[in-house]
Amino acid sequence: MRVMAQMGMVMNLDKCIGCHTCSVTCKQAWTNRAGTEYVWFNNVETRPGQGYPRRYEDQEKWRGGWQLNKKGRLVLKSGGRIKKLLGLFASPVQPELKDYYEPWTYDYKTLIDAPLGDDFPVARPKSLITGKDTKITWSANWDDDLGGAPAMGHLDPIVEKVRKESEDKIKFAFEQTFMFYLPRICEHCLNPSCMASCPSGAIYKRVEDGIVLVDQDKCRGWRQCITGCPYKKIYFNHKTGKAEKCTFCYPRVEIGLPTVCSETCVGRLRYLGLFLYDADRVTDAAAVTDVKDLYQSQMDVLLDPNDPAVAAAATAQGIPADWLDAARRSPVYALAKVYKVALPLHPEYRTMPMVWYVPPLSPIVDLLTEQGHDGEDRGNLFGAIDALRIPVEYLAELFTAGDTDMITDVLRKLAAMRAYMRGITMGEEPDRSIPEAIGMTPESMYEMYRLMAIAKYEERYVIPKAHVEQAHDLEEMGCSVDFEGGPGMYEDSPFGEASGRPTPVAVENFYALKDRQTSDTPSGERSLRNRVNLLNWDGNGSPEGLFPGGRNQPRAAQPSPADLDGRGPAVDSTGGSAGSPSVDP
Amino acid sequence: MNLLLWGVLPYVMVAILIGGSIWRYRYDQFGWTTRSSQLYESRLLRIGSPIFHFGLLAVIAGHFFGLVIPMTWTLAVGMSQDFYHLNALLVGGIAGIGTLGGIVILIYRRRKTGPVFMATTRNDKVMYVVLTAAIIFGLWTTLASVFEGEHGHNYRETVAPWFRSLFIFQPDIAAMAAAPFSFHIHTLVGMLLFTIWPFTRLVHAFTAPLHYLFRPYIVYRSRDKIPGEVRPIRRGWAPIGTEDRARDKR
Repeated sequence: MRVMAQMGMVMNLDKCIGCHTCSVTCKQAWTNRAGTEYVWFNNVETRPGQGYPRRYEDQEKWRGGWQLNKKGRLVLKSGGRIKKLLGLFASPVQPELKDYYEPWTYDYKTLIDAPLGDDFPVARPKSLITGKDTKITWSANWDDDLGGAPAMGHLDPIVEKVRKESEDKIKFAFEQTFMFYLPRICEHCLNPSCMASCPSGAIYKRVEDGIVLVDQDKCRGWRQCITGCPYKKIYFNHKTGKAEKCTFCYPRVEIGLPTVCSETCVGRLRYLGLFLYDADRVTDAAAVTDVKDLYQSQMDVLLDPNDPAVAAAATAQGIPADWLDAARRSPVYALAKVYKVALPLHPEYRTMPMVWYVPPLSPIVDLLTEQGHDGEDRGNLFGAIDALRIPVEYLAELFTAGDTDMITDVLRKLAAMRAYMRGITMGEEPDRSIPEAIGMTPESMYEMYRLMAIAKYEERYVIPKAHVEQAHDLEEMGCSVDFEGGPGMYEDSPFGEASGRPTPVAVENFYALKDRQTSDTPSGERSLRNRVNLLNWDGNGSPEGLFPGGRNQPRAAQPSPADLDGRGPAVDSTGGSAGSPSVDP
Repeated sequence: MNLLLWGVLPYVMVAILIGGSIWRYRYDQFGWTTRSSQLYESRLLRIGSPIFHFGLLAVIAGHFFGLVIPMTWTLAVGMSQDFYHLNALLVGGIAGIGTLGGIVILIYRRRKTGPVFMATTRNDKVMYVVLTAAIIFGLWTTLASVFEGEHGHNYRETVAPWFRSLFIFQPDIAAMAAAPFSFHIHTLVGMLLFTIWPFTRLVHAFTAPLHYLFRPYIVYRSRDKIPGEVRPIRRGWAPIGTEDRARDKR
């Protein structure tokens, strides 16, 4: 047994309102650079829908993930090592920009500069790729809220599959529509096929926390990882010629802060915590014959942190005690393995994804309510889950490789929790038969309710800091003591703005936010080392440099390769590049 | 003049090639990439790029065969000069024409596809000129010997001995000087290509990922060990006090 720790995420889809705040804040933090205009480390898809990039789930076309060969061994779906090398000169299945979308901006300048005339000036859309006028035909969430579903709904690969199996049961007639949102980030898989596809070996999994990163110095732009990832969550930076991906906000996670997408989630639907798993068993677990067994085999790889044998092995492998403690309190472990309500996305890709989803009960509740039933009554709900095959089959294709029984089990648990807790809230005698009907005790049901419905901040995010003894090894930890209550967070250093050690971006933002939340003066007016920190701007006053001044005003320093040598905002070569929320005045 | 061209320049070229590559590898890992444009355009690339690259690999193999292996060796194993020549023309010609055809497709694509042309730097343009020139002049030497037939120039008695003599630091300048103009110009352009090589995107060839065949699929790596630094501290740039403290501990 080789015990390893893995940072994982669970998203409770019932709570997602599709506001895209996670996508926007993620983009502001990580991909607001040239070359990454079309890159969304986090995106929110409306399901049914085609997703981003379009129809990425159609693996017959995109050939992502793993499959079993005739001997029952795990091989990359896009081909073995030699085939990959022979296809190096022109990747055989590579999404083009048209499968994503052509990023654009608007010609805002015309609005100001247009000469006086009879017509209102118009800001035309301009392509960010060619710089020419463009026609906007697609985007990262073009089919948001089922937009265009009557015309394009059938293009969803899962709709296609479910339909094939059940004739025309999924109709997109308005009154029968069911819909939910699916926020997606990199899955930080235990058995990542992007990593296996990388000819240079530039993609790696961190030993300490399992975060999958691209070493920007080692990546040579062979772009096989883009084909290899079945979730299409590796993107090609077309300016730098390097692959980039979701970093799980490792600079934040290392100091115990949740990822940007989690922190800013309006619905508070994201959970972060540790899994312990047996690294020796991953390959075998990913190679079980029946795809419907993959969920169970993935569960078996996860280890119980309360098991003394596991704890002993973990300690022997050098996992610190506070990490073990965090693993015991881990909300993601509880949701995935204890309550068994969180499911992996597309286990049939055999990558052992580590971002899990609580399937949404809401489509069913909504349907019941619309039909005039009590949508929260246990009997109605249980009956509906069994009767409404369409959402269940659709969810099963997403989360359990088509096993509808598993989905039904989870939905019944969620339904039971609603019914049971409603009874209590209404002042009725707690109905023990409800939890017992799904094999739970009233106590565990209440615990689950606390975690899922109350969802306190410190229960949602149990993130152990990168360990103290290793503190000096961490770029964002390096001298956290110096920052906390030290010589002042973002005050000027004695020798001017750029002197002294660079302040880690995450630390800076954390204190800036705290300042904004606690101070009673308009915040954000102080400039942060030549940058405008919009995170800290509360809308009162205008921070220096927010708007361009006269022509003679010097431009703020652009992030340049020179930043990589350790000066400037903390930037790591290994995980994406410049991550500072900088705005060029 | 001959001394300069065939006795000095080759060493200058090699020095720049090796020195430049080491320098680039040490200080510009981030820029070391194919800078693929497949995201913008895939259809023409999928035709042109494999033709060019595989053609080029065959051309490189041909150069090795022609320049490194002495004529006496092939004669010794019973390969007649005529047979060798025919082979070289046939295989070399096909490979050369393929390479040229491939690069023509690629250049056409680069010029005609808006986004690809916009992503083309001046560096790329210079590189394309030199690379294409080297291929064209190389093909010229081959085709010329087709038309000259029997009386064609045998480069294995001039260019090849000179090439091998370079490695023992006793360049056989006279042999090279005796080669016809077409070979001279091809060699010079070739040397120019290798001189600019480390400073262009061509460097990606030096990191051809052959180790992919042998490495394990899943890569585990520990967090970076050096705080706040992306690269190891270079000599002369260590923070104040570091060395002393390190010595104290010892």
